[in-house]
Amino acid sequence: MSDQTQAAETTAGTAGPAPSRRALLGWGGAGLALGAVAAGGAVAAVRPGSDAVPAADSGAAVPFHGAHQAGIATAVQDRLHFAAFDVTTKDRAELVALLKEWTRAAERMTAGHAVGDGAYGGLAEAPPDDTGEALGLKPSRLTLTIGFGPSLFAKGRFGLEDKRPEALVDLPKFPGDNLDAARSGGDLCVQACADDPQVAVHAIRNLARIGMGRTAIRWSQLGFGKTSSTTPDAQTPRNMFGFKDGTRNISGTDTAALDKHVWVGGKDDAGWMTGGSYLVARRIRMHIETWDRTSLQEQEDVFGRDKGEGAAVGKSKEHDEPFLKAMLPTAHVRLAHPDSNDGATILRRGYSFTDGTDGLGRLDAGLFFIAYQRDVRKAFIPLQRRLAAHDALNEYIQHVGSAHFAVPPGVRDKDDWWGRALFS
Amino acid sequence: MRAVRFSVVTAAATVAALTAVTGCAQKSDGKGDGAVQVVAKDDSCEVSKKKLPAGHIELAVENKGSKVTEVYVLFPDDRIVAERENIGPGTKANITAEIKAGSYEIACKPGMKGHGIRQKLEITGASAAKRSPEMDKAVAEYRTYVQAQADETLPKAKKFTDAVAAGDIEAAKKAYADSRLGWERTEPVAESFGDIDPKVDIREDGLEDGQKWTGWHRLEKALWQDKKLGAEEKALAPVLYKDLLDWQKRVGTADITPTSMANGAKELLDEVATGKVTGEEERYSHTDLVDFKGNVEGAEKSYELLKPIASKNDAALTATLDKRFAELNTLLDKYREDKGSYEFTSYEKVSKADRKELSDAVNALAEPLSRLAAAVTK
Repeated sequence: MSDQTQAAETTAGTAGPAPSRRALLGWGGAGLALGAVAAGGAVAAVRPGSDAVPAADSGAAVPFHGAHQAGIATAVQDRLHFAAFDVTTKDRAELVALLKEWTRAAERMTAGHAVGDGAYGGLAEAPPDDTGEALGLKPSRLTLTIGFGPSLFAKGRFGLEDKRPEALVDLPKFPGDNLDAARSGGDLCVQACADDPQVAVHAIRNLARIGMGRTAIRWSQLGFGKTSSTTPDAQTPRNMFGFKDGTRNISGTDTAALDKHVWVGGKDDAGWMTGGSYLVARRIRMHIETWDRTSLQEQEDVFGRDKGEGAAVGKSKEHDEPFLKAMLPTAHVRLAHPDSNDGATILRRGYSFTDGTDGLGRLDAGLFFIAYQRDVRKAFIPLQRRLAAHDALNEYIQHVGSAHFAVPPGVRDKDDWWGRALFS
Repeated sequence: MRAVRFSVVTAAATVAALTAVTGCAQKSDGKGDGAVQVVAKDDSCEVSKKKLPAGHIELAVENKGSKVTEVYVLFPDDRIVAERENIGPGTKANITAEIKAGSYEIACKPGMKGHGIRQKLEITGASAAKRSPEMDKAVAEYRTYVQAQADETLPKAKKFTDAVAAGDIEAAKKAYADSRLGWERTEPVAESFGDIDPKVDIREDGLEDGQKWTGWHRLEKALWQDKKLGAEEKALAPVLYKDLLDWQKRVGTADITPTSMANGAKELLDEVATGKVTGEEERYSHTDLVDFKGNVEGAEKSYELLKPIASKNDAALTATLDKRFAELNTLLDKYREDKGSYEFTSYEKVSKADRKELSDAVNALAEPLSRLAAAVTK
């Protein structure tokens, strides 16, 4: 057994044979004993009691349990599979049972284990519980983060209308949006981030399979090449336009900033959301070909940075404090900066995407933008209003998908499950 | 259909073909020492021995009745071990077969019709795989269903192929979807023969280089796309009928087990998921929902027959399956005027969002259905 696997075992606190996928149905509150590592979901998993290897360096497991869900403040992994689901059952109990099954499966997968009875060795006549393509791969810092969309709270569905947080608004239409309903919305979402794309895809595939009959995938997005970092001391990655963007992102270790801008507080409107956050996802198509024939000067003016170093206009280093007034009034950095938005700050977690080429031979590529914040009415919405109206970048991009989810607090232990506070 | 199918049904059928049984009939009097004497009359079927050692057996049949008869040796699930048809009154015939240990039946069918007059036959010796009586019952009933579907299909197919042969486009279009229903309900069994499916149900893109395109979809294209029936199409109609006759004759010999029934049910849903939901199957006639319904009905038949066994082993599974079958059927009902009819909305008119809803409902059923085989066998 490798060190990584050992770390995963310890982290997950599981022992003995795994419950089968079918057996999970009846679990409810019973659960297993847990030697939980209750970390804030923020930083790297560390193998307890021995030479501390940060998970970021080892591909090991990120703790699943904690006050906040992992996958928000967690150091951003390299790959993404984001899936939005419609809930197809009308039965609240079935939905609750599903959330419990999903939680148990997520515990296992984030620890690097197969789902249920595994991918082989079971009954010859039955399909295996686990789909098997992640066998032999490391946990790869897989995080699974769930969110609940506004439509889940609709009247006459699951009796949740009184629990809908005021902050979970339907996003307004922004100028220039060209949203595809088939790439927007969803009752539930699961964000799977991992350093190995196969690990992320495996996780969504298994959850989708477990959910069949109760949920159906509405849309999903693969992402690569993280476009922002929650470890600002590291270099800011580049987007598909070749620019660094999001230099001022919130650090995953900056507890004060996270509490102020990301985590829902106890006095915010919905009690069940305390410790949670609000997620906005936008599929932003980039017009790659026209961008590529744009002069370097214009490219740099559009962003308000230089292309090589990523420094703001007139500055020499990426992290030098920008002088906003030196930029064009329509420069992206100037418009997006907290100083231009009454301090509105979001935690960005976006990824680049390329879904091959479209029927016209154009690269179907862009940014799958993900932002976490305490309240979109004070963060994403005013920010995007400003950008949609003025950003010079709009000539080269279009928002084609959109979704907003309430992301509940973390799963505390083996008895807890995704959404317990909402449904109890 | 799919070009290659490695299903349990296929595998089992292949094994059966290799090892089990040859039903050859000989003309000799065959009154050898070991032969079982079978005296067939209009109202009886007398058998001289009811217990035999495994291996080569010989039946010496004598028809002492007034009707033409046929004699079968059958597995407990009604699969044919050996048979001899057309034994005229006053004539004799010989049937030989290689038989493994197990329980069998001999059936005489005066007038060559019906269930026949049955006698037990025990073959002893090396152990044979044991199956519970309720499993045998499920398989026997399913075998009857499959045969009945084929029997009912032939006159409908005749109506269709006659209309094509006569160049009557409107009548042919009307008869088309109906002529396929029995086939769609029992497709995995038909496909287990390997050679029939590529003749009757292949689509143009499934053809190999040099393979001649025959069957339903060839005529479907002529009727809906080309909108004309030429000499070649008219000539292909009786070929389809002949190939379906072959299916009807052979379908009773298919190797069917509880596991193959369960997997066959899942495969029928897979057919829906890969061919019907996409609109590929009936790309010219757009009668996909008729096939869809046929596939679901066939799957449901297998399931209903296996349910008494499966529910003992996994009651939660059968509860889920009951619910999901009902949900899918309710959804399908939205696309037809009344529940008795097989007139469904043209698939062309089913929107993208509605197709996804159908697809989700198929997945919702097929996923637990994939666990039926295990629930039956454990």
